[in-house]
Amino acid sequence: MDSSRRRILQLLGVSALALTTKPVFNAFAKEEVAAGAEAVIKAGAKALKAKQWALVIDTRKLESEADLEPLIEACHKIHNVPRLQNKNHEIKWIWGTHYHNAFPGKAARFLAEEVEHRPFLVLCNHCENPPCVRACPTKATWKREVDGIVLMDFHRCIGCRFCMAACPFGARSFNYRDPRPFIAETNKEFPTRMKGVVEKCNFCAERLAVGQLPACVEASNGALAFGDLYDAASDVRKLIKTNYTIRRKQTLGTEPSVYYIV
Amino acid sequence: MLELAIKGGKKYYGWMTLLMVIVGIGFLLYLRQLDFGLGITGLSRDVSWGFYIANFTFLVGVAAGGVMVVLPYYLHDYKAFGKVTILGEFLAIASVVMCVTFILVDLGQPMRVMNVFLYPTPNSVLFWDTIVLNGYLFLNIIIGWNVLEAERNGVHYQKWLKPLIYISIPWAVSIHTVTAYLYCGLPGRGFWMTAILAPRFLSSAFAAGPALLILCCLIIRRVSNFDPGREQIQSLAKIVAYAICVNVFFFLCEVFVAFYSNIPEHMDHIKYLFVGLHGHGAYVPWMWASMILMLIGIILTVNPITRKNEGVLAVACVVIFLGTWIDKGLGMIAGGFTPSPLHEINEYIPSLPEIGIALGVWAMGFLLLTALFKIAVSVKEEVRG
Repeated sequence: MDSSRRRILQLLGVSALALTTKPVFNAFAKEEVAAGAEAVIKAGAKALKAKQWALVIDTRKLESEADLEPLIEACHKIHNVPRLQNKNHEIKWIWGTHYHNAFPGKAARFLAEEVEHRPFLVLCNHCENPPCVRACPTKATWKREVDGIVLMDFHRCIGCRFCMAACPFGARSFNYRDPRPFIAETNKEFPTRMKGVVEKCNFCAERLAVGQLPACVEASNGALAFGDLYDAASDVRKLIKTNYTIRRKQTLGTEPSVYYIV
Repeated sequence: MLELAIKGGKKYYGWMTLLMVIVGIGFLLYLRQLDFGLGITGLSRDVSWGFYIANFTFLVGVAAGGVMVVLPYYLHDYKAFGKVTILGEFLAIASVVMCVTFILVDLGQPMRVMNVFLYPTPNSVLFWDTIVLNGYLFLNIIIGWNVLEAERNGVHYQKWLKPLIYISIPWAVSIHTVTAYLYCGLPGRGFWMTAILAPRFLSSAFAAGPALLILCCLIIRRVSNFDPGREQIQSLAKIVAYAICVNVFFFLCEVFVAFYSNIPEHMDHIKYLFVGLHGHGAYVPWMWASMILMLIGIILTVNPITRKNEGVLAVACVVIFLGTWIDKGLGMIAGGFTPSPLHEINEYIPSLPEIGIALGVWAMGFLLLTALFKIAVSVKEEVRG
C-alpha cells in the first residue's frame, strides 16, 4: 500500500517535471531553428571584395598631428566614437602616436629626426592570427573568413575584456560608461554602443559592403592605400613591392595587416 | 544538516550580521556600478583588469589550496588529516563562489554571462576556466556534503564518492593552471609570458590556502568544542613552509631570467613594480612589503621553534596570506598591464567603490565559509559528543 502510494507520487512528480520542462525545450528548439536560419548578409552589387584586406600607411606623407586629424575625425565621426574627457574612459579606433610607442621594440637610441617627430597612425591590425579572437569566450569578436576583417558583435560581447588583454597593439577600447551622451553628432547609419562592451576599428566593413573605401583612406589624400594583400596586382602589394615596409610587433606572429612605409 | 547553520550563539549571529552589513554595502555599490558602468572603478583603456580580477586570481589559489588536506588523506592515507578534510573542501566551496562572483562583478554586461554557454568557444581559455571552476565547485559540494553527512550518521561514505574524490585532486591543480593560462598565453604581455606562471600560481596557492586553513583551525578551536588538532595544524604549517619557499624561489627565477637576459619587455614590468618606471611607482612600497612579509613568513614557518609555537604560527600565516595576496593579487594584474603594449604608463589605482564592492564579495565568501564551517564543526561536536 505504502509502496504503491509512493509509486504514484513518483509518477506524478515525473509528469509534473515533464510538463514544466516542455516549454523550456520548446524555447531551445526555437532558438535552434533561428540559428539554422542565420541571416545571410548579401554583398551588394558594388561591394568590394578581397581575401585579406590590408592597409599601407605612407608615414612620409603624414608629417604632423594636423595631417592625421582629418583621418581620425572622419573615422570617429561616422562610427559614433564618443569623445570622453576622462582619459581612463577614452575610446579610440585610430589615433596618432610616437614612433617608439607604435614600435616599442624597434626604437633605436638615435633616430632620424623626422621619424622621431613624425606621428604614426595606429589602429586595429586585423591580424591574420588574431589573439583577441582566440581569447573571446563568446565568439563576440571573430575573423571574417571572406575578407579577413576582425569584427565585433556589440550585442553578444559580455564585457570580460579578455580581448583587450590579448591584443598586443592596444587597439581595443571598452565602454566604461554610456557613450551616447558624448557623441557630438550621431550618424544614424552606424550603431552606437552601450556601456560595458568592447569596440575597435572594423576596417569600415559597412563601407566596403557598398563599394566605398575606408573613411580614413578616403580622407588621407593618398597617404593610405587599401587593398587585397593576396592580390599581386593590388595597390597595397605594389606599394609593398616598391617600398621597404615594417609592421608592428611582427615577432609575435599575429601577422598584422597594416604596413608602414617609414 | 543545513539547520545547523542557523543554530548559533550570540557571537555567531553578531559575526554573521556584521558580514551581512558589509555584503549589503557592497551590493549597493554594485548597483551603482551596474547603473553607471565599470567607469566607477579605477580601470582604464590601458589597465583593463584590476582589483576584481586580482582577487579572483588570488582566490582561485585559496580554493586550490584546499586540496593540500585532501591529497595527503586520500592518496597517502595520512590519517590525521581525516579530521580536517571537510574544512579544506568547504574552504574550496566558499573560495570558488567568491571567484565566480568576482568574475561576475567584473563583467561589463553581466546579464549576458550565459553567452559563454550559449556560444561555447573551446579556443578561449576563459571558457575552460568557467568549466573547471564550476566543476570544482560541484565536486566539493558533492564530496564535502556527503562525507560529512555519512560521518554524522556514523556510516562510511558512499562508494561512488571515491572516484569523485580522486578526480577532485588533479582538478584542484587544473583550476589554477587554467587560470594561469588566462595570462601566460597572451602575446605581447611580457610579465605574464612565462612558463612558470602556473607553477608560481600553484606554489602561492599552496601557501595561502593552507595558511588560511590554519587560521580557521585556530579560531575553530577557540570558539567551539571541536579541536582540529595540533598535529594537523603542524602538518599544514610544514606544507605552508615549503610552498612559500618555492613561491619565492620561483619569483627569483623570474627576476634572474628577466634581468640576466636583459630583455626590456620582460624587465620593465618588474622594474615598474619594484623600483618604479619613468617616475611612476605606486606599487613600489606594496611590492617590497609583500617580499618582506613572505620572507618573514619563511623564517617563521621553516624554523621549528617558531613554527611549533601556535601564537607565532598564527602571525606567520597572516603575514603569508597578506604577502601572497599583494604579490599575486595586486602586483600580478596591474604589473602585467603596466607599461601598456604601446609602452605607455597609465597607473591603476582601485577606486573606493571598487574596493567596497570587492570587500562585499569577500564578506559574502566569509559568510558562506562561516556557515559551512559552522555546519561541519557542529557535526564534529555531535559525533564526538
